[in-house]
Parts: sequence; structure tokens; C-alpha cells
Amino acid sequence: MSAVLDPHGQDHPHDHQHDHGHPYGWRRWLYATNHKDIGTMYLLFSFAMLMVGGVLALGIRAELFQPGLQFVNPELFNQLTTMHGLIMVFGAIMPAFVGFANWMIPLQIGAADMAFARMNNLSFWLLIPAALMLVGSFFMPGGAPAAGWTLYAPLTLQMGPSMDAGIFAMHIMGASSIMGSINIIVTILNMRAPGMTLMKMPLFCWTWLITAYLLIAVMPVLAGAITMTLTDRHFGTNFFNPAGGGDPVMYQHIFWFFGHPEVYIMILPAFGIVSAIIPAFARKRLFGYTSMVYATSSIAILSFIVWAHHMYTTGMPVTGQLFFMYATMLIAVPTGVKIFNWLATMWQGSMTFETPMLFAVGFIFVFTMGGFTGLILAMAPIDIQLQDTYYVVAHFHYVLVAGSLYGLFAGYYYWSPKWCGVMYSETRGQIHFWGSLIFFNITFFPMHFLGLAGMPRRYADYPMQFADFNMVASIGAFGFGIMQVYFFLFVVVPMMRGKGEPAPQKPWEAAEGLEWEVPSPAPWHTFENPPKLDVTATRVVG
Amino acid sequence: MTMKTKTSLWPPCEPSCAQSRVQSGAQLISRLALALGVAMSSGAAFAAVKDLPGGPAVNQIDLHVPVTKIGEQQVWLHNFMLIVCVVIFVAVFGVMFYSILKHRKSVGHKSANFHESVAVEIAWTVVPLLIVIAMGAMATRTVVAMKDTSNADLTIKATGFQWKWGYDYLKGEGEGIGFVSTLDVAHREMSNSGKPPPIDNYLLKVDNPLVVPVNQKIRIVTTANDVIHAWMVPSLGVKQDAIPGFVRDTWFRAERTGDFYGQCAELCGKEHAYMPIHVKVVSQPDYALWVEGKRKEMAAAADDPAKVWTLDDLVARGEKVYNANCAACHRADGKGAGPIKALDGSAIVTGDPSAQIAILLNGAANGAMPAWKQLSDTELAAVVTYTKNAWSNKTGKLVQPAELVAARK
Repeated sequence: MSAVLDPHGQDHPHDHQHDHGHPYGWRRWLYATNHKDIGTMYLLFSFAMLMVGGVLALGIRAELFQPGLQFVNPELFNQLTTMHGLIMVFGAIMPAFVGFANWMIPLQIGAADMAFARMNNLSFWLLIPAALMLVGSFFMPGGAPAAGWTLYAPLTLQMGPSMDAGIFAMHIMGASSIMGSINIIVTILNMRAPGMTLMKMPLFCWTWLITAYLLIAVMPVLAGAITMTLTDRHFGTNFFNPAGGGDPVMYQHIFWFFGHPEVYIMILPAFGIVSAIIPAFARKRLFGYTSMVYATSSIAILSFIVWAHHMYTTGMPVTGQLFFMYATMLIAVPTGVKIFNWLATMWQGSMTFETPMLFAVGFIFVFTMGGFTGLILAMAPIDIQLQDTYYVVAHFHYVLVAGSLYGLFAGYYYWSPKWCGVMYSETRGQIHFWGSLIFFNITFFPMHFLGLAGMPRRYADYPMQFADFNMVASIGAFGFGIMQVYFFLFVVVPMMRGKGEPAPQKPWEAAEGLEWEVPSPAPWHTFENPPKLDVTATRVVG
Repeated sequence: MTMKTKTSLWPPCEPSCAQSRVQSGAQLISRLALALGVAMSSGAAFAAVKDLPGGPAVNQIDLHVPVTKIGEQQVWLHNFMLIVCVVIFVAVFGVMFYSILKHRKSVGHKSANFHESVAVEIAWTVVPLLIVIAMGAMATRTVVAMKDTSNADLTIKATGFQWKWGYDYLKGEGEGIGFVSTLDVAHREMSNSGKPPPIDNYLLKVDNPLVVPVNQKIRIVTTANDVIHAWMVPSLGVKQDAIPGFVRDTWFRAERTGDFYGQCAELCGKEHAYMPIHVKVVSQPDYALWVEGKRKEMAAAADDPAKVWTLDDLVARGEKVYNANCAACHRADGKGAGPIKALDGSAIVTGDPSAQIAILLNGAANGAMPAWKQLSDTELAAVVTYTKNAWSNKTGKLVQPAELVAARK
């Protein structure tokens, strides 16, 4: 049986000793304070939200399959695009990485649990009412928010009551994220096993440490922006309402001051996961560990000074455009360093290509394409053509789906044997990888062409000349959706039910790190006493 | 890049077609990418669609053919960036795939032991830094040129409304001309029908295109009436947000005559996809003629509010006003949609005119129904009369412009 669902299914005497009457049944989950249980709940929650967001995306693609309105009216179409974005960003990608952090950070640094176990419980359970409110907004008068996931003023002032529900939901999710971040920072800084110095820490912990600081820095900024939207809507303030002297562009500045670090929040932990997987399957140490840490930090710092590249068309002064263009292009340098380091890690290795490695290499390949289109978009004169077109849609799906989501899949295949105690089916993993990769590109590659040809995003209907590429994209989207259902039903569910070959303690020949020093499945309690580590801080010596 | 129709994979590109820049490599990629789509859609109803000169081409995969210097620079910069990025991509991933092929366990490769090199790290930090500095330097001149809106020959204000564009000629030849440009109501109906016929300018046809002279520096001042819109015409290399309460500007100098199309590029509510932009660039003499004609038209349209109209004339006038201003929300059939109230059968419309006039002048539903006081007394009287007599509202009631004059006081 799997540790994910049943902590007592295995005979581990050590485990029983410390089994002092923790809750069973539903209480185990509702009162959960165990980092592994909370991590599991985060992961299941985020997958549920991925499915909800995916269904909305398929609604969008079904409507765009042909010119003309066939399935939804334009109001509902705008609701679909808005809610797809909000749910995927705040419901799927961010909580999924927090789930990984919960499961892996204590295991990787040799800590018994997260620092604040009850706050950990609260930060998960806050997500449930927030998600219910967000999804439930579809059934409110006037339907769900339809102002785009960026919630630009003053369009938000025209929305119905669901906008307030959406704002409240985002406040709650923000509070959850901040609590999760505090927990992660305190855990990493205070609870490392003796000998686990910061510069010996696995990169996944490093990237999450930096991500957690980003979250604490910018989630309050988002909260401020949407609170001002709320008071503009109901309490007669005029922060963003031009009719009362407010400035709608100020909203965009505040939003993107949150929004740009936010995209790094969604990608840095994926960098960490890939940095763990590539060395394991290349059977060779990570190249340039130190420079990886510095590159990640530089990306995080630079992310605070580039926000207005989302706003070239608002009509910034020429010096503003030049500054944000140069600053944005600078980010290509540390990002390039990371790509080169991974490449150098693979170089002269002894590689095998199990599913985690396939997703990691796929991540590098497709994420880099998204990086290059980002560089192209950073050029202000080109962005004038491409801003708010499908090119932007293609770009951010290359970095968020092929980047963040592939990073999550890679991490799932890499660590799930440790979670569940059984191996995933290699054949099914490979089908999932190749199916996702092919359908992903069928969906999003044509969007570059649509954007170059000038098709604006968030359009319910479009000129006939764009018809073919939209049709191709829609077909790809349905294929991509089916692959993720396949992943859940044929990879995840069997593993959770304990079906499959028993996983060895260390299923990957050259994997390094303390998580491979505990049995598979990981017992409910691990590292109750700080382990004694070897000099590299990757092995327990007593 | 151009393809004539979607049914033929290898169409001849006629010399006359406006976007005849042939890039054989790009065409090949496009055809490969399209093989699936074409196979799936052969025989579809829109198979007969052709390229729209000045607008999108069928399965276009590159930027529009520019007709301004800025547009040319944008295309040049994009091509430059694309080539540099593709070269780097091929080089980096060439190395990676070589490594994937050669350095694998299954071919017996043993892993080496190196894991750091300060020299290499410095090299691959400094070289990309130099490359992006070069890229930034290339773009700087164009950024500065794009933002230089001084010394315009003609200044036009483009105002975004939900969901149409208002144009006012502020300075230069044609000063004082002003009109509203709306999507052809028939196109909106086609979209709703779910089966739009294959027409080349689907969703791009407006009642009143913006007319400008060729080879003149046109400064477009943007603002908006309600929410943020964006004024975009790809062939002219222009996209500028139109922000309520604020004035922004951009400029273009078209180097040849023709029709150029764009659409609103900032989400502005439910009819976002239905507020196209059509810029007609004409020769200087044609422009002078157009200005003269427009002036006469405006003088003729400046109706005397004291005039007493017959029912038929006023209904006919009102239908035009309705289609240009009201049909976007209330629909051509007056049935409304969702939160938009139906006018057909409405008690307010069929009842006493004063209530309806008050809503038209002041708006209703917290601004969801905007105020229309910018329309003339005759236009408002006409549209009130039209709604009282259209569809099933056969009330026979007639509202004269004089009643509007009285109501405004």
C-alpha cells in the first residue's frame, strides 16, 4: 500500500514507535499537520484545478475552431478566458509547486516537518473556499469575471458581483501563498540538518527559497491593486476610475509589479526540479552549482525592474520604453547561464531517458523557444506589432505549459516512487510525454503565426484568413487535454492505489540527496532526529 | 507570405496580389504546419476566402507587409531577431542533441567528472550579454523614431467607445471633420449566426473608414470614452492604447495608397472582437475631394432641430442611427442579449417618450447603458421614433427633434 493514502500499510517499526494517536479517516486530512499529507492534498487540489482550467480552455478552443459564434456568446467567452487564466495561475501551477515544496523540502534538508505545521494546514485549507468561490462565480448574476486575468481597470468597474467574489478569492489565495512562503523560508533557514550548509543545499530548495521571497514581496502588491479595485467599485474611491480623476494605467503598473515576478514564481521551482533530474540521469554532477544559485538570484532581482515591458503600448515616454527594453533583455543572460549549465551537465554524461529525464529535456527544449520569443517581445518596436496578439499567447504558454507544467510532470515522475512506494509505468509515462509534447506544439506553435499576422487575443470571433491555424490549434488543445486525463487515470491513480512494481529506496542510479536516504514509500515521519551527514550533505552517515 | 486559397497547397501567387513577398522557406514551413489543418478542413464553407490586401492574408505566417518606415524597421528587426535566435537555438540544441545521441549509457558512454569551470561560466555570461546589448542598440533608433510625434501634417483623434471608434480631425486639412466608425451590422449578424459566409473582409468592414492622405505625417491622438481600447493597424506599424481620461499619441506616414485594416487590441468588454479599424490612404487630390465631400455631407446632416419630419422619413433616418449606435448591444432585431434589455416589446419604448428620452440623454443601469447626448437632436428623435415603430413595436408614435430640444433643457 502506498504511503500517500495509508501511513500504516507497511511494517516499519520505527514508524510505529512514533505513532501517538494521530487522527484517522477524514480527520487525518482536515486536521493534517504532516508535510507529506499536506503536500499530497496540494498536489491533488492543483490537479483538480488543472482539469477545471483545462475544461475552460477547451471551451475557448471549441468556440475558436471555426469563424462565427457556435457554442458561447462573447460575454461567456470573455469569462472563459479570464477564469482559465486565473484558475491555471492561482489554482493549478502555484499550489502544485507548493505541494512539491511540502513533500520535498523537509526530505531534502533532513528536517522532520515544515516549521509551522498548523499554519501549513491553514494555508492549504484556505484554498478550498477560495477555489469554490472562484469557480462558483460562474453561477452569479452576470456570470464570472470577464475582464481578463489581468483584471484591468476600468473594465473591472463594469463587472457584476462575481468580480467581488473573484477579488475576495484572490485575497484568500494570496494569504495562503504568503503563509506557505513564510513556512518555506523558515523551514529552509532554520531546520536544515547539521552540515547542510546553504551552498550544499539541493537547487530545488534554493529556487524555492528565492521564490518564497518573491511571493512575500509581491502578493501584497496584488492584494493592494485588487483592494483598490474593490473600493473603486463600492466605496466611491477613484484610484483607477478615470471618471473621478483616477488613473487606469496606474493599475497596470501596480499589477505588473506583481505580475512579472509572478511569472518567475511559476518557473523558478521548475528550474530547481530540472536541476535535480538532469544530473541524476546524466550520471554526472550538476555543472556550475554556484553559478546556478547566482543566476537564479539575478533573475529574481531583475524581475522587479522589468514590469512595464507588458505596457509598451500604453504610451510610455521614450526613456521609459528604452529602460524597460534594456532591463528585460538582460534577463536573457542569467537564463542563458542556466540553460548552458544544464547542457554542460549533460555533456560527456552517461545518459538514460526515463520519463523524468524526457520531461526535463523537453522542458529545456520547449522552454527555450518560449525564452526566445520573450526576447523578441522585449524589443519595444516589435512588441508594438505583437502586443495583445496570439504571439503573446503562444509565448506565455511555451513558458508556462512547456516550462512550469513540464517541470511539474518531470518532478512527479522523478519523486512519485518515493511518495507512493511503487514505480510508475514507464510505457505510460513515455506515452504521456510524447503525446503532450506533440499536441502541445500543435496547439501553440500556430499561434505564433496568428500573432504575427495580427490576430488579437481574447477574440471570440476572427477574420476568415485566420481560420486554418485556429482549427489546428483547437485540435491540438483537445489532444493535449486528453493526454492529461490519461496521465491521471493511467499513471497517477494506479500509483496511489499502490499498483506497480515496488519502488526501491533509490530508483535512480545516480540520484543524489537526502530524499533517497529514506525508504520508499517515505514513512509518515522522517528525520525525527537530525541526521548526521557526510561532507557533501547528500548522504546520511549515522 | 501569401496563399491564394486554402484548398490548394501550391497556389500561384499572382503578381497583383498585394502581399507578394515570397519567402520560400517560410512557405514550406507553413505548408508543413498546415498539412493537418488543410486535410481536416477541405470542403469547409470558408474555403473560398482570399487574402485581404492591407489586412490579413490566408494563413499568413509573418508580419504584415509594411507601408511605413517604422513598419519596415519593425519587420527588419523581427527578421534580424528571428535569424539570431534560430542560429543560437540550432547551435545550442545541436550540441545538446549531439550529446543526447553520443553521451548515453546505452551506447556505453562513461560519464566524465567535471562540474565547474569559472572561465566557461564567464564566457557564457559575457557573450550573451554582448549579444543582447547589440540587439538593444539595434532597436533604440526605432524606439526613438516611433515616439517622435512632432511636426505632424494632420492630427486626428481616435476615441474608443464600447464598441466603435470615433474620429475627429483636429488639425490640418479637414479640420473639424468628425464621424463614428462601426462594424457593418450584417457582419455582426453573420458572426451570431455561427455560419459566416466566406468573405474576405469578414469582421473588418466598417461604415465610415478613416481617410488620410498618402505621404503625410499623420498623428493619431488616442483616448477612450469608457474602458481601455487599443488602436492597431499592423500594416502601418501602429498600436496605441486608447485610455479613458488620458490622451496618448502615435504616428504614421503611409507611403502608398490603399486600404489598411486593424482591430481593437485591448480587451474592452463583450464586443471586443467587433470594433475594427479601416484606414483608407488616398492621394492628396483625392483627399482634398473627400474633405470637401465630407464637409458638405456634414453640413447637410447638421439638421435644423426645428424641422418637422414625417413618420417614414424619421424611421428611415432612425434605422441608420440605430444600426450605427445601438445594434451592437440591443441587436438589429431589438431583442437584446443577456443583461442587455430587449427593446422589442419594451414598455419603456412603446410607452410615453419622456422616459425613453431621459434614458438616452442620461444613461441607465449604472452606465451599462451609456448616455447618448453626443448625438444630435434629430438623430435622437429619429432613433426614438424608429424603436417605437420597428419590429413588433408598431405604435405609430412620432417624436420630433423639438421634443429633444425641450428635454435637454
